[in-house]
Amino acid sequence: MDFSNLIDKLIDGDTRAAARLITLVENDIQAAEKIINSIYKYTGNAYILGITGAPGSGKSTFISTLTKRLITQGKKIGIICVDPTSPLSGGALLGDRICMKENFSLDNVFIRSMANRMQLGGLARATEDTIKILDAYGCDIIIVETVGVGQSEVDIFKSAHTVVVLLVPGLGDDIQAIKAGIMEITDIFVINKMDLVGADKKVADITQMLELGMNFKYSEEKTETNFAKIKQWTPEIVKVNSKTGENFEELLGIIEKHKNFLSSSGIIAIYKINRIKNETFQILKYKLTKKVEKLLSTNSLIEDYIKLVMDKSLDPYSMANLIIQLLGME
Amino acid sequence: MSESRKIKVLVTKPGLDGHDRGAKVLARALRDAGMEVIYTGIHQTPDDIVNTIIQEDPDAVMLSMLSGAHNALCPVIMEKLKANGIDDVLVGVGGIIPDEDKPLLKKHGLQGFYGPGTELKEIVEFVKNNLKR
Repeated sequence: MDFSNLIDKLIDGDTRAAARLITLVENDIQAAEKIINSIYKYTGNAYILGITGAPGSGKSTFISTLTKRLITQGKKIGIICVDPTSPLSGGALLGDRICMKENFSLDNVFIRSMANRMQLGGLARATEDTIKILDAYGCDIIIVETVGVGQSEVDIFKSAHTVVVLLVPGLGDDIQAIKAGIMEITDIFVINKMDLVGADKKVADITQMLELGMNFKYSEEKTETNFAKIKQWTPEIVKVNSKTGENFEELLGIIEKHKNFLSSSGIIAIYKINRIKNETFQILKYKLTKKVEKLLSTNSLIEDYIKLVMDKSLDPYSMANLIIQLLGME
Repeated sequence: MSESRKIKVLVTKPGLDGHDRGAKVLARALRDAGMEVIYTGIHQTPDDIVNTIIQEDPDAVMLSMLSGAHNALCPVIMEKLKANGIDDVLVGVGGIIPDEDKPLLKKHGLQGFYGPGTELKEIVEFVKNNLKR
C-alpha cells in the first residue's frame, strides 16, 4: 500500500490524514514501519507531556482544563488517551472524551482515543508512533494520557519530556508515597480535587517522601545515565482543582520550569538517546516475539521438546536454549 | 488488513437528551463483541460528533436518540460528514424513531433504526455486516 498521498497531506496539517495514518499504525505494524520511515525526519519538534495516575484520579478532566489554558498561548495540542483492552473479549471502552467537555476547535486540538491492546506498562504499542504522527502533523505539545495506572506502569517515563502524576486526597498513606515505581518517575506531582478533605495531608505526605530522599540520591553505578532526568530534578508538588481551573497558572509555570531544566542541564540530550534506545528495544521485542510465536506454532520439533520436558529429560530453561538455537540467534 | 484489525465504533448521543442507559448498554455489548468503542457522553452537537469522527476515524457510528429531535439533527450530521468528504463510515441510529420518520433518515444514508426491545446480538451483527471499509 502506498501512503505517500496521506503523508503529504499530513505534513500540510490535514486532520483526516493524521487520523487515518493513526488507524493504520494501530492496526498494522508493516504499515507503521513504512509510515514512520517516511515521516521521521519531520518529527522532534513537539514537547511531550505524560499524564498518569490511578483510575478516577481525574486525568481526562485535568487534561481538558490544561489544554484550554495551553491553546490561549497559541499552541496546537495533540492528545492521546489510552484506555485498557478487555482481556476477555479483546474489545475496549474508550471513555476519555466524556470528561473533555470543552468544545475545542479542530484547528488547534486533536484528540485520539486508543486501546492499549493488552500491552503492559500503561501505553499501547502504537502510542509512540502516534506521537510521531501528531508531531509531524504540527502539534506543539502532545499530551499522553496513560491508562489508569496502579504502581508499576512506568513506560510513559521513557516517552515523555515531563511526567505529571495525578494523586487525589484520601487514597493511600505515607508508606504508599515511598513505594517504588510510579512515585519515582514523577517530575510533577499534581494533587487533583484539592477541594476534597485531605488535600493538604497528601501534599505533606509527598513533601516528606521527597525529603526522605534528599540526602541520599541514587548511587551512580546503578542508575547510570538512564535516570539522569530523575536524579537531578527535585519533583514539584502543586494542588489543583480541574473543575474550576484553580492553581493551573502555577502548574503551567512548573511545567515551563521543568522544560527549562531539561535544556539548561543538558539532560535533554540524554533523554533523546534514551528514548531512541527504548523505542528500538520495544520494536525489537515486538518483532522477535512475533518470530518466536510463529516458530512455536509451526516448528514440529517443539512438540518433541515438550514431551522431553514432560519426561523430565529436559527442563524449560534447556528447552528455551534449544529454541534460541532454532531461531539461529545464538 | 492485518493481524490485529479491530472494528472501531463511536457511540454518541446528539442533542439535548440525557437518557443514555441505552447508549451505555450498547457500548458495553459492542465492547464484549471485541470492538473498540468510544463513548462520547451526552449533549453532543452535530459539529462535536463530526469533529470526533474526523479525529477518531471509526468504522461505524451509532447515534442514540430518544428526544424526538432525530429529523432535525441526523440529516445535519450526515450533511456535515459529506461536506468533509467522509463517505466510508457506517452510520446507524437507534432509540425512539417512529416509522413515518424512517424514509427521510434513510434518504440521508442512515441505517439500523433499532428501537426498544432489540436483541443486542442483532445490533452487533448489523455493525459487523454493514461496514463500508
